Amino acid sequence: MSQSYNRGLIEDFSRWREFSAGMWAWIFHKFTGWVLVGYLFTHIAVLSTALSGAAAYTNTIQALESLLVVRILEVGLLAVAVFHILNGLRLLFVDLGVGLEAQDKSFYASLILTGVIVVASVPTFLSGVSI
Amino acid sequence: MSTQVPEAVEEESATETASAGKQKRDAKKRERAERVQEQREAEAAEKARSADDTFHLKVFRYDPEVPEKQEPRFDDFHVPYKQGMTVLDALMWARDHYDSSLTFRHSCRQAICGSDALFVNGSQRLGCKTQLSDLSEPIRVEPLPHADVVKDLVVDMEHFYDQMESVEPYFQTNSLPDGELDEQRQTRENREKVKMSTRCIWCSACMSSCNIAAGDNEYLGPAAINKAYRFAMDEREGEDMKQRRLEILEQEHGVWRCQTQFSCTEVCPKDIPLTEHIQELKREAIKNNLKFW
Repeated sequence: MSQSYNRGLIEDFSRWREFSAGMWAWIFHKFTGWVLVGYLFTHIAVLSTALSGAAAYTNTIQALESLLVVRILEVGLLAVAVFHILNGLRLLFVDLGVGLEAQDKSFYASLILTGVIVVASVPTFLSGVSI
Repeated sequence: MSTQVPEAVEEESATETASAGKQKRDAKKRERAERVQEQREAEAAEKARSADDTFHLKVFRYDPEVPEKQEPRFDDFHVPYKQGMTVLDALMWARDHYDSSLTFRHSCRQAICGSDALFVNGSQRLGCKTQLSDLSEPIRVEPLPHADVVKDLVVDMEHFYDQMESVEPYFQTNSLPDGELDEQRQTRENREKVKMSTRCIWCSACMSSCNIAAGDNEYLGPAAINKAYRFAMDEREGEDMKQRRLEILEQEHGVWRCQTQFSCTEVCPKDIPLTEHIQELKREAIKNNLKFW
């Protein structure tokens, strides 16, 4: 063997089309986890406005909630959180060695359940917002 | 159709000692060889055309030793279909009829030797265990991902074997039976527990499918952990041996690297529940270290 061919990163990244259920579950779980970490910082920032008085906090919340973008982002946040919770339960069962043969089905189930919950939440999140 | 790169005409003028007669003979020989090759390929193509059913294979080619083949590429082969034909059969037909330089490993052809794990249509499979009729055309045949390609479909397996060796994949025990000729009996229940893990054929399909193993070269990988499971769960090895095995497995790059993506379990040609075994060893490792006093 005089030399060998390393197929490199590009080829690895193009493999997403070949991923199966467990792989997607892993990627979504990582992604939603990072989104939740990011949200935590904005969450703390908004709550911290209460330090400068009750009125400042109320004003910030009201200003934010009057924006359509924020309402839509809240729906997204719910989707991310619900999937992370459901897939977290799935991973708990995987760690306990329960139902490993149904791991793909439980992933699909958590996806569908997430979708249902998110769709059901839309009226609540978008009520009373002016465009 | 020909995938043969024409032989580079050697700088024969440099070898001044070669007589004009010899040069002529060599040229003639080469010409004849080329003609034979062309004829063979034409015959094969004809056979493929006249067959009732042919399969179209796209095969990864790469040869570091021939300058014209150093750029990786895909070659097309049309192979006449016979009932029961596997990917390995098709590759062998292509090698025998189109291009004798097509390189791939194979030996037993019955999913026991584990030498023909390939990346077929986006999934790690054994060439000899994959029916052409189950695949959609064109069938893409590539060497195993996440491994260096040595030539065509042959990858460097050295790292995989190193990982396998590192878990001491052999039976060891401190508690020998009394009599010299006594057998070391295993209970039926215990045999049943390790049964699936004994089926590993060291084909490296799982290791190639594992995203963690791809990013972390020190990770033992599914196959090695499965091998460790086979012996750690074997009751005949005794407690201190199990302790030793767990110490290997619970290291930073051992069982804890597994992120339960289930890729290995899905590609394993012997249907070993690899993720289940890894998870069980994780629990064993915790039980081993958790003390409530």
